[in-house]
Amino acid sequence: MIRNTRDVVAGLMFMAFGGVALFMAQSYALGTAARMGPGYFPRLLGFLLLGLGAVQCLIGLRSKLASPLDWHWRPLLILLTSVALFIVLTPVIGLVASGLVLVVASSAAGAEFRWKEALILGAILGAAAAALFVHGLAVPLPIWPDFAGRS
Amino acid sequence: MELLDNLALGFSVAITPINLIYAFVGCVVGTLIGVLPGIGPVATIAMLLPITYGLEPVTALIMLAGIYYGASYGGSTTAILVNLPGEMSSVVTVLDGHQMAKQGRAGSALCIAALGSFIAGTTATLVIAAFAPPLADLALKFDAAEYFSLMVLGLISAVVLAHGSALKAVLMTILGLLLGMIGTDVNSGTARFSFDRPELIDGIGFVAMTMGLFAFAEIAINLERASYPRIVADRISSLWITWKEFKQSFPAIVRGSAAGSVLGILPGGGATLSAFASYALEKKLAKDQSRFGRGAIEGVAGPESANNAGAQISFVPMLTLGIPSNAVMALMVGALIIHDIQPGPEIMTKTPSLFWGLVASMWVGNAMLVILNLPMVGLWVKLLSMPYRLLYPVILLCCAIGAFSANNNMFDVWIAVLFGFFGYFFMKLGCEPAPLLLGYILGPMLEENLRRALVLSRGDYTVFVTRPMSATMLLMATALLVVMVLPAIRAKREQVFQEG
Repeated sequence: MIRNTRDVVAGLMFMAFGGVALFMAQSYALGTAARMGPGYFPRLLGFLLLGLGAVQCLIGLRSKLASPLDWHWRPLLILLTSVALFIVLTPVIGLVASGLVLVVASSAAGAEFRWKEALILGAILGAAAAALFVHGLAVPLPIWPDFAGRS
Repeated sequence: MELLDNLALGFSVAITPINLIYAFVGCVVGTLIGVLPGIGPVATIAMLLPITYGLEPVTALIMLAGIYYGASYGGSTTAILVNLPGEMSSVVTVLDGHQMAKQGRAGSALCIAALGSFIAGTTATLVIAAFAPPLADLALKFDAAEYFSLMVLGLISAVVLAHGSALKAVLMTILGLLLGMIGTDVNSGTARFSFDRPELIDGIGFVAMTMGLFAFAEIAINLERASYPRIVADRISSLWITWKEFKQSFPAIVRGSAAGSVLGILPGGGATLSAFASYALEKKLAKDQSRFGRGAIEGVAGPESANNAGAQISFVPMLTLGIPSNAVMALMVGALIIHDIQPGPEIMTKTPSLFWGLVASMWVGNAMLVILNLPMVGLWVKLLSMPYRLLYPVILLCCAIGAFSANNNMFDVWIAVLFGFFGYFFMKLGCEPAPLLLGYILGPMLEENLRRALVLSRGDYTVFVTRPMSATMLLMATALLVVMVLPAIRAKREQVFQEG
């Protein structure tokens, strides 16, 4: 029975990263110590991750400390989805509208969600962002929807 | 007097109107995020970094530095009035600061925090001016082997001084080094770990990665907590301290400034560690230890001086050796590289106005912060009553646009989303993201110096231990690692971080 799930999973995660790095680095020339190829240092790091990750795993397996994992997917997924929506929508509907979408969607991640408040905040922030970033700082993002489909 | 000439040059740069304005902006933003819990200096600096592209490098750095030390001022306000640290660096201020507020001495606590910070900031400015040039001179004698060993030492001591599991911190550093490999290898032109994406040829977007790891993941973690505290203390009566209180806290301020000056220079050190150490020191030196935790003014004066001195001194290794000692300094290195300035000993000789301008601006900024924090404290307190549910969408939107504007590319925003996901995982697994950022920044330099050292030695690895300076540094790194593993020391280290 694994009690310290946190440490074991952490070890496995690092081993996975090390494994991926080693796998991808296979195609890069190794070279020698005196004339290192692009694959030399990454492979060194990959082996270190794999080895030390295994040590971390073992420590977790032997640990008597109970440290279970408690995931709360909802806030994270809502937050990241609202940013993803922003990425996809901004080129199509412009920053004012996509800013509103991001604010309203991400507001749903919190414990309490108030429609009216989120809509007002979103409208203000969308407009403010367009004024500050596009007009003020010349960030090349469209402000309004591209109705004519010119892009 | 070379020191005075240098400072004179610095002040002539720091008091130009444009630099004064940006120092002020940095201090205001820093105080703001310091007061508001749930957003730290790392995320803020990453968010504002793209805005500084169009500025002069020295102006950009002055503003970003203001955010960092300003945050340690603002963090204490929240700690004292709301019993909640606005920043990590004011965690220990909560203990006695809030007790003082409960006893109706909030004004004294705020005053001594600001006064202590100002004295510490002044001391730190002088310490930097005195010790940075010799350190840079030493660094100029370094060859590739020494640089490699220095970076190894830096990374390892950052790990030892970090919170939580040291092994996890080592693993996060190595992962960061690997992430730093992404992009074109300068020596062979091979694109490494680029997944055939042209956007990754120049490496992974560093602003975007930081935002994901620090801002997105942190918001997700904050939102998990069911309720968000919103208690504001009563009116603050008088913002002054009695002579007796000043006499009582002055030695603590001096010791705190000293602790910050010593610990700030260590990799992994900086504001937070200095504050913890100073609190432990004051408690140990006190005649009556039971006063601590019940409103002892030294318990506010010491750590608040230490965190400010530590924050400023941590610029020294970054500016003189090119080695960032914490996540904020890693961002500063990123900012310098964006402006085509290679951080390292040459900064002082090639662009003295940048170096001394920044140092002098710290003193100017500290003076501004006293004004910002004492008479205007009521305004900051009002801000605290702003609910988090209105704050985090603002941060999210600013980050999304900020990540885009780094390269004017939506790909970078996807990177931020991806690292937001990773960052949440890391925090849940007890892996701090700061070492990863350090590894990422140092990765390319570490590889380059390893390569160069081994080319010069014709592939002979003993070069690292036959050269005296390199050997000393590696020996120190090994000693630190050995010390880490010893159970007694490990227990002591946990204790220091749990103090509070």
